[in-house]
Amino acid sequence: MKRVMHLMLPTVGLGLALLVWWAASLKVPDLPSPVRTWEESKIYILEPFVKRGETDQGIALLAYYSLMRVAQGFLLGAVIGTPVGFLFGVSPLITRMFDPLMQVMRPISPLAWLPLGLVLFQKSEPAALFAIAVCSMWPTIINTMMGVRAIPQDYWNVAKVLRLSRTTTFLKIIVPATLPYMFTGYRLSLGIAWLVIVASEMLTGTPGVGGFLWQEYNSLIYAHILLAIVTIGVIGFVLDRLMGLAEARLRAV
Amino acid sequence: MAFIEVSGISKSFAAANGTVRPVLRDVSLNVERGAFASIVGAMGSGKSTLLSILAGLTSADSGSVAVGGETVRGVRSDASFVFQNYSLLPWFTALENVRLAVGAANPALAREAQVAQARRALEQVGLGNALNRRPGQLSGGMRQRVAIARAFATNPEVLFLDEPFGALDAMTRETVQQDLVRLCSSAERPVTTVMITNSVEEAILLSDWIIPMLPGPPATLGAPISVQLARPRSVAQLAHEEDATHVRAHVIATLTAALGGRARRMPVKADEDTVAPVALATEESR
Repeated sequence: MKRVMHLMLPTVGLGLALLVWWAASLKVPDLPSPVRTWEESKIYILEPFVKRGETDQGIALLAYYSLMRVAQGFLLGAVIGTPVGFLFGVSPLITRMFDPLMQVMRPISPLAWLPLGLVLFQKSEPAALFAIAVCSMWPTIINTMMGVRAIPQDYWNVAKVLRLSRTTTFLKIIVPATLPYMFTGYRLSLGIAWLVIVASEMLTGTPGVGGFLWQEYNSLIYAHILLAIVTIGVIGFVLDRLMGLAEARLRAV
Repeated sequence: MAFIEVSGISKSFAAANGTVRPVLRDVSLNVERGAFASIVGAMGSGKSTLLSILAGLTSADSGSVAVGGETVRGVRSDASFVFQNYSLLPWFTALENVRLAVGAANPALAREAQVAQARRALEQVGLGNALNRRPGQLSGGMRQRVAIARAFATNPEVLFLDEPFGALDAMTRETVQQDLVRLCSSAERPVTTVMITNSVEEAILLSDWIIPMLPGPPATLGAPISVQLARPRSVAQLAHEEDATHVRAHVIATLTAALGGRARRMPVKADEDTVAPVALATEESR
């Protein structure tokens, strides 16, 4: 019974959402109904790997481009953010020096970073990576920092009484103790990176789910906008779940 | 000259409201090489602070600590420490926890030799079949055995024990205590031990000397009481032996006298497991 409810309730929720969509499509002439959306965009879903043109490609290919871009930007952010987080965690001095700067930079929208990236790198691809990395690294920095600060005094005492070297203390105590926090940071960062990708693809017109969305809007094919929106949501959800699983495994230790 | 020489140590901490809280005042103590000394006192009386200072984890405001004729300025390479809460690293196996200590003490030793040494230490406390278990998979008594194996694996000359049996139930406590006694007596070189505890029974069972800690603040040390009882000792035997009764009475009398007014307000209860004057002065109950 519990299992049935487990599947039933989300299905009912989804059904209600589709109903609202359908009702809205009756009122707004430009908004395609769920059925029309499916009819007009099923070619992208049923032939997910077909490449018909620069942005006119199967949904899996478009998602692949976006995911690759996100992976690069996210990794760049993690590679920068993780050591910075460790540094902030162990040094109150450095934290005091850079914390105000970080607080000012954190709320800046990806739409604001992207033009700066274009000025810096002159090309759209590196500018997109720049925007993703800059926007997504904050949770990594903050969570890694908090993880280091949350290390119990017991573990520091172990390092002291065993007279562990700095390197050994870092590798055998600080990193393992911080790992669960780091992964919480990575999960949040990846979520942000995925948010940023759409904006950056829209602004730069690069192929991907976001680029597709913007092009179809300009071509007035509204069903494809909805296809892109649903795709973005589903992929974001799957990414978060995967990172959540990795995080849960680490916390179990 | 005594192996551990503590003279005139004082220590204060800054309290949250800006005042200074004195914890230790003019504490002096000598421990001979190879002796087992226990500092007995109530919780929150400053025992842990004193032990941290002896071990070089904390520095005193004034006074000096010397071990083997050298002034202590940080943790010594020949010293080991056992904490009340085990302090094992949960992400490593028992073997790796012990090997970490061996490796830190002998960085030049090959990894296989480090592992072998760690394994021997664990086998000595009867954990030969739990080498690859993590602390989370071990009982409290087994965890503390791992911590004791870690302390002895580096073949220490000085051993600092911070309420090492405080978190164990009575049955487990006695077996782990006997493990400790065995390791102390079978060590390659004489081990000089300083233990802090709030259990008078435990101190009588293990020590050559008992030093009562007289609660302050600031706390001071009473005169050392010699425990000249034949070894091996057992809890059951000590409960009836006349000499043990004398020592117990002496220690309790010193502690109660120091409690003064506080003790008189509450009846002293001679409980077998928790010794009354100590329990009376407990500021934080477990």
